[in-house]
Amino acid sequence: MMRRLGKIRDYAIEKMIFISGIAAIIFVILIFSFLVREGGSFFGEYDLKNFILGHFWYPASDPPRFGILPLIMGSLVIVLGAGILAVPLGVMAALYISEVAPKGLKDLLKAGVEMLAAIPSVVVGFVGMVTLVPFIKTAFNIPTGLTALSGCIMLAFMAMPTIVSISEDAINAVPWNYKEGALALGATKWQIMYRIILPAAAPGIIAAVMLGIGRVIGETMAVMMVTGNAAVIPSGFLEPVRTLTATIAAEMGETVRGSSHYKSLFAIGAVLFVITFIINFIADTYLHKNKEQ
Amino acid sequence: MDAKKSQKIAFGVLLATTLAVVLPVLFIIMIIIKEGITAINWRFLTTMPSNGMRSGGIFPAIVGTIYLVLLSVAIALPVGVMAAIYLNEYAKDNILTRIIKLSIVNLAGVPSVVYGLFGLGLFVIFLKFGVCLLSGALTLAIMELPVIITTSKEALSTVPLSFREVSLSLGVSRWQTIRYAVLPHALPGIMTGTILSISRIAGETAPILFTAAAFYLPRLPGSLFDQIMVLPYHLFIISTQIPNMPSKSTYGTALVLLILVLMMNFTAIVVRTYFRMNKKW
Amino acid sequence: MVAKITVNNLSCRFGKSQSVKKLDLTVLENEILGIIGPSNSGKTTFLRALNRLNELHPHYKQQGEIFIDGKNILLEDPELLRKRVGMVFALPLSLPLSVVENVIYGPKRHGVKSKKELEELAERCLRSASLWEEVKDRLNGAALKLSGGQQQRLCLARTLAVEPEIILFDEPCSGLDPLSTAKVEETMVELKEKYTLVLVTNNVKQASRVCDRTAFFLMGELIEIDKTEKIFISPEDKRTEEYVTGRFG
Repeated sequence: MMRRLGKIRDYAIEKMIFISGIAAIIFVILIFSFLVREGGSFFGEYDLKNFILGHFWYPASDPPRFGILPLIMGSLVIVLGAGILAVPLGVMAALYISEVAPKGLKDLLKAGVEMLAAIPSVVVGFVGMVTLVPFIKTAFNIPTGLTALSGCIMLAFMAMPTIVSISEDAINAVPWNYKEGALALGATKWQIMYRIILPAAAPGIIAAVMLGIGRVIGETMAVMMVTGNAAVIPSGFLEPVRTLTATIAAEMGETVRGSSHYKSLFAIGAVLFVITFIINFIADTYLHKNKEQ
Repeated sequence: MDAKKSQKIAFGVLLATTLAVVLPVLFIIMIIIKEGITAINWRFLTTMPSNGMRSGGIFPAIVGTIYLVLLSVAIALPVGVMAAIYLNEYAKDNILTRIIKLSIVNLAGVPSVVYGLFGLGLFVIFLKFGVCLLSGALTLAIMELPVIITTSKEALSTVPLSFREVSLSLGVSRWQTIRYAVLPHALPGIMTGTILSISRIAGETAPILFTAAAFYLPRLPGSLFDQIMVLPYHLFIISTQIPNMPSKSTYGTALVLLILVLMMNFTAIVVRTYFRMNKKW
Repeated sequence: MVAKITVNNLSCRFGKSQSVKKLDLTVLENEILGIIGPSNSGKTTFLRALNRLNELHPHYKQQGEIFIDGKNILLEDPELLRKRVGMVFALPLSLPLSVVENVIYGPKRHGVKSKKELEELAERCLRSASLWEEVKDRLNGAALKLSGGQQQRLCLARTLAVEPEIILFDEPCSGLDPLSTAKVEETMVELKEKYTLVLVTNNVKQASRVCDRTAFFLMGELIEIDKTEKIFISPEDKRTEEYVTGRFG
């Protein structure tokens, strides 16, 4: 009897475990379907082509115009700028931390990077707003420091923990015999690092960069606080821009449920979802490549 | 230029870049401590905001953050740990498992503001919970799921296979084996991961923008279906939306949030180190 | 003598590698059957087929039948089977619990709740495993603090606590010093009055010391099985002779 009860209990628990196991799949599907449910009918009212390629985002004008090209360009400028800054810096820092730094310093630097990952994005945004933004304003002598450049710098900084720690893992995963073989041939450590370790760790580093970019595209609060949020197609780094994420965060509160504007924001969410889905998929593929080596 | 010399230069450059990455962290923390410390006193921490948030304290935001975070982790932890158990103990090497893993990776990559939209669509509107503590906590719970699953799975996989074999060889069922021979030994790792996920969630703003956060609500939530004030959102609005906000209390709010988050990180590190030192096998 | 375990035409494979080939063998009640042979000869795989532990391996495949007391074990509930067929592993695998908690781990999971009953059971099993005198003052101390030999006898006590009929030993002394080994061997001989024992060992001398009958495995096949003296003094097969006299392996 006790055994029978035990069997039933085990069975029930194992079913729950299985359901929890597939919960991740369920949630991914749920997220996408709710974005579509709320935003899908937007395309009955507005043309997909005009949505993606329209140059003007005037949701409140009459008739409203929902062209997200300026927002896509805004996000792109931020990603590009942040990437240019963060990728070389992040990879170099990862190299230094994993291959050069002595033990004590290594732990200290790693703790520093971890701490950066822990700082909430509003706090980073706030500090950027009170320090970096005025600095850029005076340094470039422009009317406002709320520019794409400020966003790029802040986000480069925020993508750093992702890029550094995943690159570091990739570098650490390079087998020792690679390094020892080259050392035995009389190569210096630095030569080994850029001729052997970097190429061997490349797939992992690419994954790190992809995930860093995913982080930048998805970041909302900090970018909203320092970029000025002007929905125009940017022509340079010293102008205000508005990203996809910031648009959702800033405007959702003002919309009427069920209106075109409301739906358009869900449609933007769906676009973001698809973009990050692709990026993460690619990153994951490269991560597996790195492991297989 | 000889190889030794170029190595020296290269290492110098690497060190400089690393410092360029790490030093700003200290700068952020220093500036917030320096400017914010004067704002912090008992009154600031324990009274309601007043005068359109320009004066008074941030008590409801602190309480709201704690409620929100605890509720979300209470929801996410059982699901996350069970998912990790499934992946580490039951899952076979098949398509389903691969899809689960890919879904977890994706869940981790979904932008936080998209979680906000999802929470709005599912919890606030579809399930009619409204903008409230519960909707926000559920949204955050799904968001922290990938971290809890990944770290718990990692913790489970460090428990030696032999523990499972011993238990099974005594005729103990599979679930009982996991419950009594595996889970207790994975607990420290699961705890560390959970605390880290909490600290991340505590600083999130975008997911609660449309699901839980109140702009200005000088009282404590009375039920799961009340709106709440939350520290990160509070910091966001007082630093961007309130004209003539005294900068002292903005920094003070930032400092409180920072302390809260760093304290949790520190706790996680202490837990990890403690159990590593006392590891029994 | 009554047959306790009957193995008919057993083949085991992990993925592509076959580790046991068409094995026929009988284990008698209350005997110690020794299984010797060089490494990778399928000894451990055979042993783990008897309590269905191989099934944990994702790519394990098995053909043929195993009967215990005339019942096909594949038709039995594996949990009940494993209760009847206990196992002592190659390395002393104490769980990171106290000494007494290790012993009563199984009974507790099987629903024994009474504290008194558990205490008595622990003492009885530790006595049977010849460990009681050495640990009675530190029952609540960490099991992992015991010596290797003590831990191995603790594992034995833990196995005894679920009241098995058969005990499988998988090279139980491979990590032990000669003194501890002697102690474990002594215990095994005492146990055969009540249990049926199957001992896989790399140590030919150990088989000659404790086993009633001995089987010689080579490359997954059973070469010879007979009374231990016969195997060691006048084996039928030349390969057996070469192995037991130490010419290979």
